[in-house]
Amino acid sequence: MSSFLGTSVFFGLAISLASYELGILLNRRLRSPLLNPLLVAIVLVIVTLKVLHIDYAHYNDGAKFLSYLLTPTTVSLAIPLYLQLHLLKKNFKAISVGIFAGVVASLGSIWLLALAFNLDHLMYVTLLPKSITSAIGMGLTAELGGNVTITVATIVITGIIGNMTAESICRLFKIDDPVARGIAIGTSSHAAGTSKAMEMGEIEGAMSSLAIVVAGLVTVVLASFFAPLI
Amino acid sequence: MKYVRQFLIILMVSLLGEALRFVLPFPIPASVYGLVLMLSALGLKIIQVEQVWDTSQFLFSIMPMMFIPSGVGLIVAWPLLKPVILPVGIITVLTTLIVMVVTGKTVQWMGHVLRRKEQ
Repeated sequence: MSSFLGTSVFFGLAISLASYELGILLNRRLRSPLLNPLLVAIVLVIVTLKVLHIDYAHYNDGAKFLSYLLTPTTVSLAIPLYLQLHLLKKNFKAISVGIFAGVVASLGSIWLLALAFNLDHLMYVTLLPKSITSAIGMGLTAELGGNVTITVATIVITGIIGNMTAESICRLFKIDDPVARGIAIGTSSHAAGTSKAMEMGEIEGAMSSLAIVVAGLVTVVLASFFAPLI
Repeated sequence: MKYVRQFLIILMVSLLGEALRFVLPFPIPASVYGLVLMLSALGLKIIQVEQVWDTSQFLFSIMPMMFIPSGVGLIVAWPLLKPVILPVGIITVLTTLIVMVVTGKTVQWMGHVLRRKEQ
Protein backbone atom coordinates (compact mmCIF):
# COMPACT_ATOMS: atom_id res chain seq x y z
CA MET A 1 0.00 0.00 0.00
CA SER A 2 2.77 2.47 0.83
CA SER A 3 4.34 1.78 -2.56
CA PHE A 4 1.06 2.77 -4.21
CA LEU A 5 0.71 5.87 -2.01
CA GLY A 6 4.35 6.63 -2.75
CA THR A 7 3.43 7.12 -6.40
CA SER A 8 -0.07 8.57 -5.97
CA VAL A 9 -0.62 12.10 -7.27
CA PHE A 10 -3.67 12.85 -5.11
CA PHE A 11 -2.61 11.33 -1.79
CA GLY A 12 -1.07 14.49 -0.30
CA LEU A 13 -4.05 16.70 -1.02
CA ALA A 14 -6.61 14.03 -0.09
CA ILE A 15 -5.03 13.23 3.28
CA SER A 16 -4.74 16.96 4.09
CA LEU A 17 -8.39 17.70 3.34
CA ALA A 18 -9.62 14.54 5.05
CA SER A 19 -7.59 15.30 8.20
CA TYR A 20 -8.96 18.83 8.29
CA GLU A 21 -12.54 17.57 7.94
CA LEU A 22 -11.91 15.16 10.80
CA GLY A 23 -10.47 18.07 12.80
CA ILE A 24 -13.66 20.08 12.26
CA LEU A 25 -15.78 17.08 13.26
CA LEU A 26 -13.80 16.52 16.48
CA ASN A 27 -13.89 20.22 17.27
CA ARG A 28 -17.69 20.32 16.93
CA ARG A 29 -18.20 17.16 18.98
CA LEU A 30 -15.84 17.91 21.85
CA ARG A 31 -15.77 21.73 21.78
CA SER A 32 -12.23 22.05 23.10
CA PRO A 33 -9.92 24.83 21.83
CA LEU A 34 -7.10 22.28 21.97
CA LEU A 35 -8.85 20.36 19.21
CA ASN A 36 -8.16 23.13 16.73
CA PRO A 37 -8.92 21.75 13.23
CA LEU A 38 -5.61 23.05 11.83
CA LEU A 39 -3.58 21.47 14.65
CA VAL A 40 -5.52 18.19 14.45
CA ALA A 41 -5.01 18.07 10.67
CA ILE A 42 -1.24 18.65 10.95
CA VAL A 43 -0.83 15.99 13.65
CA LEU A 44 -2.97 13.46 11.76
CA VAL A 45 -1.02 13.97 8.53
CA ILE A 46 2.34 13.64 10.34
CA VAL A 47 1.21 10.43 12.06
CA THR A 48 -0.08 9.02 8.76
CA LEU A 49 3.18 9.82 6.94
CA LYS A 50 5.20 8.21 9.74
CA VAL A 51 3.06 5.08 9.92
CA LEU A 52 3.04 4.57 6.14
CA HIS A 53 6.72 5.58 5.72
CA ILE A 54 5.96 8.27 3.16
CA ASP A 55 8.45 11.11 2.99
CA TYR A 56 7.49 14.76 3.24
CA ALA A 57 8.70 15.63 -0.27
CA HIS A 58 6.27 13.18 -1.81
CA TYR A 59 3.41 14.29 0.42
CA ASN A 60 4.12 17.90 -0.49
CA ASP A 61 4.07 17.10 -4.22
CA GLY A 62 0.34 16.61 -3.81
CA ALA A 63 -0.34 19.05 -0.98
CA LYS A 64 1.64 22.04 -2.24
CA PHE A 65 -1.40 23.30 -4.14
CA LEU A 66 -2.80 24.37 -0.78
CA SER A 67 0.27 26.53 -0.02
CA TYR A 68 0.14 27.78 -3.59
CA LEU A 69 -3.25 29.39 -2.93
CA LEU A 70 -1.82 31.43 -0.07
CA THR A 71 -0.57 34.29 -2.26
CA PRO A 72 -3.87 34.88 -4.12
CA THR A 73 -5.68 34.55 -0.76
CA THR A 74 -3.42 37.14 0.89
CA VAL A 75 -4.02 39.42 -2.10
CA SER A 76 -7.77 38.91 -1.59
CA LEU A 77 -7.46 40.08 2.03
CA ALA A 78 -7.48 43.57 0.47
CA ILE A 79 -11.21 43.12 -0.24
CA PRO A 80 -12.52 42.96 3.36
CA LEU A 81 -9.91 45.58 4.25
CA TYR A 82 -11.24 47.90 1.52
CA LEU A 83 -14.80 47.45 2.81
CA GLN A 84 -13.71 48.39 6.36
CA LEU A 85 -11.38 51.21 5.38
CA HIS A 86 -13.58 53.73 7.22
CA LEU A 87 -12.73 51.91 10.47
CA LEU A 88 -9.02 52.31 9.75
CA LYS A 89 -9.48 56.04 9.17
CA LYS A 90 -11.60 56.42 12.29
CA ASN A 91 -9.22 54.45 14.53
CA PHE A 92 -5.97 55.35 12.80
CA LYS A 93 -4.13 56.51 15.93
CA ALA A 94 -5.19 53.60 18.12
CA ILE A 95 -4.34 51.09 15.38
CA SER A 96 -0.89 52.53 14.62
CA VAL A 97 0.09 52.78 18.28
CA GLY A 98 -1.31 49.28 18.92
CA ILE A 99 0.67 47.63 16.12
CA PHE A 100 3.83 49.52 17.12
CA ALA A 101 3.39 48.45 20.75
CA GLY A 102 2.78 44.86 19.60
CA VAL A 103 5.95 44.73 17.52
CA VAL A 104 8.03 46.24 20.35
CA ALA A 105 6.45 43.72 22.75
CA SER A 106 7.35 40.91 20.36
CA LEU A 107 10.99 41.92 19.83
CA GLY A 108 11.40 43.00 23.48
CA SER A 109 9.98 39.81 24.96
CA ILE A 110 12.09 37.67 22.60
CA TRP A 111 15.17 39.66 23.71
CA LEU A 112 14.42 39.23 27.44
CA LEU A 113 13.55 35.54 27.13
CA ALA A 114 16.63 34.90 24.98
CA LEU A 115 18.70 36.49 27.79
CA ALA A 116 16.90 34.33 30.36
CA PHE A 117 17.58 31.16 28.34
CA ASN A 118 21.14 32.23 27.58
CA LEU A 119 20.67 31.90 23.81
CA ASP A 120 23.51 32.84 21.47
CA HIS A 121 23.31 35.59 18.83
CA LEU A 122 22.41 33.19 15.99
CA MET A 123 19.47 31.65 17.87
CA TYR A 124 18.31 35.07 19.06
CA VAL A 125 18.14 36.67 15.60
CA THR A 126 16.55 33.46 14.26
CA LEU A 127 13.64 34.05 16.64
CA LEU A 128 13.16 37.80 16.05
CA PRO A 129 10.90 37.45 12.94
CA LYS A 130 8.69 34.75 14.49
CA SER A 131 5.44 36.74 14.61
CA ILE A 132 5.41 37.99 11.03
CA THR A 133 4.29 36.40 7.78
CA SER A 134 6.82 33.77 6.61
CA ALA A 135 7.61 35.43 3.27
CA ILE A 136 8.85 38.58 5.05
CA GLY A 137 10.27 36.63 8.00
CA MET A 138 12.50 34.40 5.86
CA GLY A 139 14.07 37.40 4.17
CA LEU A 140 14.58 39.14 7.50
CA THR A 141 16.29 36.12 9.09
CA ALA A 142 18.59 35.74 6.10
CA GLU A 143 19.54 39.39 6.41
CA LEU A 144 20.22 39.12 10.17
CA GLY A 145 22.26 35.94 9.65
CA GLY A 146 19.86 33.57 11.42
CA ASN A 147 18.74 30.03 10.58
CA VAL A 148 15.94 30.23 8.00
CA THR A 149 14.58 26.69 8.62
CA ILE A 150 14.14 27.29 12.36
CA THR A 151 12.61 30.72 11.72
CA VAL A 152 10.01 29.20 9.41
CA ALA A 153 9.29 26.50 12.01
CA THR A 154 8.70 29.14 14.73
CA ILE A 155 6.54 31.21 12.36
CA VAL A 156 4.40 28.14 11.65
CA ILE A 157 4.11 27.29 15.37
CA THR A 158 3.22 30.92 16.13
CA GLY A 159 0.46 30.79 13.51
CA ILE A 160 -0.99 27.58 14.93
CA ILE A 161 -0.85 28.93 18.52
CA GLY A 162 -2.52 32.18 17.44
CA ASN A 163 -5.20 30.31 15.52
CA MET A 164 -5.84 28.05 18.54
CA THR A 165 -5.84 30.64 21.31
CA ALA A 166 -7.21 33.84 19.71
CA GLU A 167 -10.79 33.36 20.88
CA SER A 168 -9.88 32.30 24.44
CA ILE A 169 -7.24 35.04 24.87
CA CYS A 170 -9.67 37.75 23.70
CA ARG A 171 -12.31 36.48 26.10
CA LEU A 172 -9.89 36.02 29.03
CA PHE A 173 -8.35 39.50 28.69
CA LYS A 174 -11.64 41.18 27.82
CA ILE A 175 -10.48 42.35 24.40
CA ASP A 176 -14.02 42.78 23.08
CA ASP A 177 -13.68 45.57 20.53
CA PRO A 178 -13.61 43.93 17.06
CA VAL A 179 -10.97 46.37 15.77
CA ALA A 180 -8.69 45.63 18.75
CA ARG A 181 -9.23 41.87 18.33
CA GLY A 182 -8.34 41.91 14.65
CA ILE A 183 -5.23 44.04 15.10
CA ALA A 184 -4.12 41.85 18.03
CA ILE A 185 -4.51 38.62 16.06
CA GLY A 186 -2.81 39.87 12.88
CA THR A 187 0.11 41.43 14.77
CA SER A 188 0.73 38.34 16.90
CA SER A 189 0.08 35.50 14.48
CA HIS A 190 0.07 36.68 10.83
CA ALA A 191 -2.04 34.87 8.20
CA ALA A 192 -2.75 31.65 10.13
CA GLY A 193 -4.19 33.75 12.96
CA THR A 194 -6.03 35.89 10.41
CA SER A 195 -7.92 32.86 9.13
CA LYS A 196 -9.35 32.55 12.65
CA ALA A 197 -10.06 36.31 12.74
CA MET A 198 -12.02 35.89 9.49
CA GLU A 199 -14.19 33.30 11.25
CA MET A 200 -14.72 35.63 14.21
CA GLY A 201 -16.12 38.45 12.07
CA GLU A 202 -15.72 40.73 9.06
CA ILE A 203 -14.13 43.58 11.03
CA GLU A 204 -11.77 41.21 12.86
CA GLY A 205 -10.69 39.69 9.55
CA ALA A 206 -10.13 43.02 7.83
CA MET A 207 -8.14 44.51 10.71
CA SER A 208 -6.08 41.34 11.09
CA SER A 209 -5.20 41.52 7.36
CA LEU A 210 -4.08 45.09 7.78
CA ALA A 211 -1.96 44.17 10.79
CA ILE A 212 -0.12 41.39 8.89
CA VAL A 213 1.23 43.93 6.43
CA VAL A 214 2.00 46.78 8.83
CA ALA A 215 3.46 44.56 11.60
CA GLY A 216 5.62 42.78 9.02
CA LEU A 217 7.11 46.02 7.75
CA VAL A 218 7.55 47.60 11.20
CA THR A 219 9.30 44.41 12.39
CA VAL A 220 11.78 44.59 9.50
CA VAL A 221 12.71 48.15 10.52
CA LEU A 222 12.83 47.62 14.32
CA ALA A 223 14.58 44.22 14.21
CA SER A 224 17.79 45.87 13.02
CA PHE A 225 17.84 47.85 16.31
CA PHE A 226 17.16 44.76 18.43
CA ALA A 227 19.51 42.36 16.61
CA PRO A 228 22.83 43.72 18.06
CA LEU A 229 21.54 43.49 21.67
CA ILE A 230 22.73 39.87 22.13
CA MET B 1 -17.33 30.66 -15.15
CA LYS B 2 -18.00 33.31 -12.53
CA TYR B 3 -15.50 31.78 -10.11
CA VAL B 4 -12.87 31.29 -12.79
CA ARG B 5 -13.15 34.87 -14.04
CA GLN B 6 -12.91 36.21 -10.49
CA PHE B 7 -9.95 33.97 -9.76
CA LEU B 8 -8.28 35.23 -12.91
CA ILE B 9 -8.55 38.84 -11.70
CA ILE B 10 -7.04 37.87 -8.34
CA LEU B 11 -4.29 35.93 -10.11
CA MET B 12 -3.46 38.87 -12.37
CA VAL B 13 -3.01 41.10 -9.31
CA SER B 14 -0.84 38.36 -7.69
CA LEU B 15 1.22 38.25 -10.89
CA LEU B 16 1.72 42.02 -10.77
CA GLY B 17 2.78 41.60 -7.14
CA GLU B 18 5.38 39.05 -8.23
CA ALA B 19 6.60 41.46 -10.90
CA LEU B 20 7.08 44.20 -8.27
CA ARG B 21 8.91 41.71 -6.03
CA PHE B 22 11.19 40.95 -8.98
CA VAL B 23 11.90 44.59 -9.83
CA LEU B 24 12.09 46.26 -6.39
CA PRO B 25 15.01 45.59 -4.00
CA PHE B 26 12.99 45.46 -0.72
CA PRO B 27 12.48 42.28 1.38
CA ILE B 28 8.73 42.49 0.80
CA PRO B 29 6.91 39.40 -0.53
CA ALA B 30 4.81 39.33 -3.71
CA SER B 31 1.66 38.70 -1.65
CA VAL B 32 2.07 41.98 0.27
CA TYR B 33 2.68 43.96 -2.92
CA GLY B 34 -0.38 42.22 -4.38
CA LEU B 35 -2.49 43.12 -1.34
CA VAL B 36 -1.55 46.80 -1.66
CA LEU B 37 -2.17 46.69 -5.44
CA MET B 38 -5.60 45.08 -4.91
CA LEU B 39 -6.48 47.69 -2.29
CA SER B 40 -5.44 50.50 -4.67
CA ALA B 41 -7.36 48.96 -7.59
CA LEU B 42 -10.51 48.74 -5.42
CA GLY B 43 -10.02 52.30 -4.16
CA LEU B 44 -9.53 53.65 -7.69
CA LYS B 45 -12.58 51.60 -8.86
CA ILE B 46 -10.43 49.77 -11.43
CA ILE B 47 -11.79 46.59 -9.84
CA GLN B 48 -15.29 46.45 -8.32
CA VAL B 49 -15.81 44.40 -5.15
CA GLU B 50 -18.46 42.26 -6.94
CA GLN B 51 -15.90 41.24 -9.57
CA VAL B 52 -13.81 39.36 -6.98
CA TRP B 53 -16.21 38.79 -4.08
CA ASP B 54 -17.38 35.17 -4.50
CA THR B 55 -13.96 33.70 -5.20
CA SER B 56 -12.41 35.64 -2.30
CA GLN B 57 -15.08 34.26 0.04
CA PHE B 58 -14.29 30.73 -1.15
CA LEU B 59 -10.56 31.28 -0.63
CA PHE B 60 -11.14 32.62 2.90
CA SER B 61 -13.30 29.63 3.79
CA ILE B 62 -10.46 27.21 2.96
CA MET B 63 -7.67 29.48 4.22
CA PRO B 64 -6.81 27.51 7.41
CA MET B 65 -6.14 24.41 5.28
CA MET B 66 -3.44 26.28 3.36
CA PHE B 67 -1.22 26.08 6.45
CA ILE B 68 -1.34 22.28 6.69
CA PRO B 69 1.62 21.58 4.33
CA SER B 70 3.96 24.01 6.11
CA GLY B 71 2.81 22.66 9.49
CA VAL B 72 3.56 19.11 8.37
CA GLY B 73 6.89 20.46 7.08
CA LEU B 74 7.93 20.82 10.73
CA ILE B 75 9.00 17.14 10.56
CA VAL B 76 11.69 18.15 8.06
CA ALA B 77 12.94 20.89 10.39
CA TRP B 78 12.75 18.55 13.41
CA PRO B 79 16.44 17.43 13.47
CA LEU B 80 17.45 21.11 13.66
CA LEU B 81 14.66 22.00 16.06
CA LYS B 82 15.09 19.08 18.47
CA PRO B 83 18.21 20.28 20.36
CA VAL B 84 16.68 23.72 21.00
CA ILE B 85 13.02 22.79 21.30
CA LEU B 86 12.61 23.71 24.98
CA PRO B 87 13.76 27.37 24.88
CA VAL B 88 12.47 27.91 21.33
CA GLY B 89 9.10 26.32 22.10
CA ILE B 90 8.60 28.29 25.33
CA ILE B 91 9.67 31.58 23.72
CA THR B 92 7.48 31.01 20.65
CA VAL B 93 4.32 30.22 22.62
CA LEU B 94 4.84 32.84 25.33
CA THR B 95 5.68 35.75 23.02
CA THR B 96 2.69 34.99 20.76
CA LEU B 97 0.34 35.34 23.72
CA ILE B 98 2.17 38.44 25.05
CA VAL B 99 1.96 40.20 21.67
CA MET B 100 -1.72 39.39 21.27
CA VAL B 101 -2.62 40.76 24.71
CA VAL B 102 -0.37 43.86 24.51
CA THR B 103 -1.62 44.79 21.02
CA GLY B 104 -5.30 44.18 21.75
CA LYS B 105 -5.20 45.99 25.10
CA THR B 106 -3.30 48.95 23.60
CA VAL B 107 -5.73 49.42 20.70
CA GLN B 108 -8.70 49.14 23.06
CA TRP B 109 -7.21 51.49 25.66
CA MET B 110 -6.17 54.06 23.02
CA GLY B 111 -9.68 53.88 21.56
CA HIS B 112 -11.22 54.68 24.95
CA VAL B 113 -8.77 57.51 25.64
CA LEU B 114 -9.33 59.12 22.23
CA ARG B 115 -13.09 58.86 22.58
CA ARG B 116 -12.97 60.48 26.04
CA LYS B 117 -10.89 63.36 24.66
CA GLU B 118 -13.45 63.98 21.95
CA GLN B 119 -16.31 64.21 24.43
